Amino acid sequence: MRRETIAGAVAIAAAASAPLWVWNPYHLHTLIMAGIFAVLALSLNLLLGYTGQLSLGHAAFFGIGAYATALLSVKLEWSPWIGMLAAMVLPGLAGWGIGRLALKLRGAYFVLLTISFAGVVSLVSVNWMDLTNGPLGIPGVPALAIALPGLPELSLRTKGAFYYLVLVAVVAAYVLCRRLIASRVGRALVALRENETLAESVGIDGTLYLVLAAVISAAMAGAAGGLYAHYTRFVSPEVFLFTYTVTMVIMVVAGGKGTLAGPVLGAVLFTVLPEVLRAATSWQWQMLLYGVLLIATLFFMPRGIVPTLVERAARR
Amino acid sequence: MSALASPGDTPLEVRDLAMRFGGVAALGGVTFAVRPGAVTSLIGPNGAGKTTAFNIITGFQAPSAGQVAYGGRAITGWRPCRIAALGLVRTFQKTSVFPALSVLDNVLTGLHLRGATGVAAALLRRRRVADEERRLHAEALSVLEFVGLAARRDALAADLSYGEQRLVELAVGLAAKPRLLLLDEPASGMTPAEKASTAALVRRICDSGVTVLLVEHDMRMVMGISDRVLVLNYGRLIADGTPAEVQRDPDVIRAYLGTGHAAA
Repeated sequence: MRRETIAGAVAIAAAASAPLWVWNPYHLHTLIMAGIFAVLALSLNLLLGYTGQLSLGHAAFFGIGAYATALLSVKLEWSPWIGMLAAMVLPGLAGWGIGRLALKLRGAYFVLLTISFAGVVSLVSVNWMDLTNGPLGIPGVPALAIALPGLPELSLRTKGAFYYLVLVAVVAAYVLCRRLIASRVGRALVALRENETLAESVGIDGTLYLVLAAVISAAMAGAAGGLYAHYTRFVSPEVFLFTYTVTMVIMVVAGGKGTLAGPVLGAVLFTVLPEVLRAATSWQWQMLLYGVLLIATLFFMPRGIVPTLVERAARR
Repeated sequence: MSALASPGDTPLEVRDLAMRFGGVAALGGVTFAVRPGAVTSLIGPNGAGKTTAFNIITGFQAPSAGQVAYGGRAITGWRPCRIAALGLVRTFQKTSVFPALSVLDNVLTGLHLRGATGVAAALLRRRRVADEERRLHAEALSVLEFVGLAARRDALAADLSYGEQRLVELAVGLAAKPRLLLLDEPASGMTPAEKASTAALVRRICDSGVTVLLVEHDMRMVMGISDRVLVLNYGRLIADGTPAEVQRDPDVIRAYLGTGHAAA
């Protein structure tokens, strides 16, 4: 426990002071993307790591969140903060629909359901020109700003300021997951993963808890999408790319699914790694090395980096 | 263990229960009632329909025909989790635990119905969650002490011996605060010593106020602890009485030993 506290304190201190020692704006951009992916990985982990259901349509919730806030703040000129709220509510509703449809669908069937859902949403974003502008996307998404009464408006237009907003979001997502998991709700989610039949026989409503997990997970992914929209200030169907989902899965599985630190560590590692490789080698080698490192990680630490490290520390 | 349940006062009634799989009748219209506060055993040769009856009573299968009522309420076709909330809790023939969790966490998960924390409370009401966790922890420990697994509470369920895993399963079932506990072969695969202590445990469960419906092949255990025995054969109820009565019943002897022996 002590070692865990120290590791946590170091991580928070490093994260909170990053804009002070990361001068290169591109490096700061990488860290912001790592933070957005950390929220996504935590959200996917709630389903994959705790209930044991793999969502391969998670980019859909991310994209719906991004489009929700972009459309509301650009087309209707609503406050971006209301947009951010919608970026959680709308994906949450979609998550509810997926959870209800899943009813008795588990395992491979759940995976297929989520893939199909993401495919449909992606097609809508490309083809519903009137609403989404199709492949052209929606430019001019406003920046977020914090306006407190009696204080000058604080714009989150700069990378340094936005970095802190993302950091707050990561901490919030982490605390949310932690509180859920440490309660009766978390045990019910894990019971679904471990033995759903036994869970039902002691009164745990499997469908209810899968729906709950899907709603919360989707709302978190949507929030990450909203942050992405207000950060890049541009949203296009590219937000629905399957690559995003795959990246999330890699982060959760390599970091350590079913742990809280794992997805965060995975997100930072697998966002920074491609950039490091880009700087260290030529582009031909970049993705190849990425693949080799990923396979090596999973080969030597099949349960993920965090569980392996925790186990080693405990054995010593 | 007074916290487990008040003495059961609502009988389980099964009326004309039938289950057909294609042309095969696993249950062909079975009617019986389980009186509260006693150990009732449901016995019969393999394939007699015992587990099918359990599955239907606890909502894991829908019957082809017939009704199940508990406390005067028709529960036929209810979902298992809803039936469990009424106080009808079962264990499984094949060992069924939460393998990657510790013994204590297995029981804590079984205590689901005794907690009240929902998502909002988990996120916003830390004090209340902490109080509930403390209470559930104490209750989990008392359940583990009751079944004799307190010393193994930190072990992973998957790492336990077979007999111990069966005890974990019993503890998880007890944690759900049953009024009627349906045990599906709780002693199968156990050593004679483990069987004896499980039989004593089942008796203690009943004495603590939980009605027990038991499916078991070990006749020594059945005859030793049952107040009443129901005998199923080919999906039909062929006998219903005290252990002594059932053991004398010619139909039962024929079902178990074959017609040749009965004639001899």
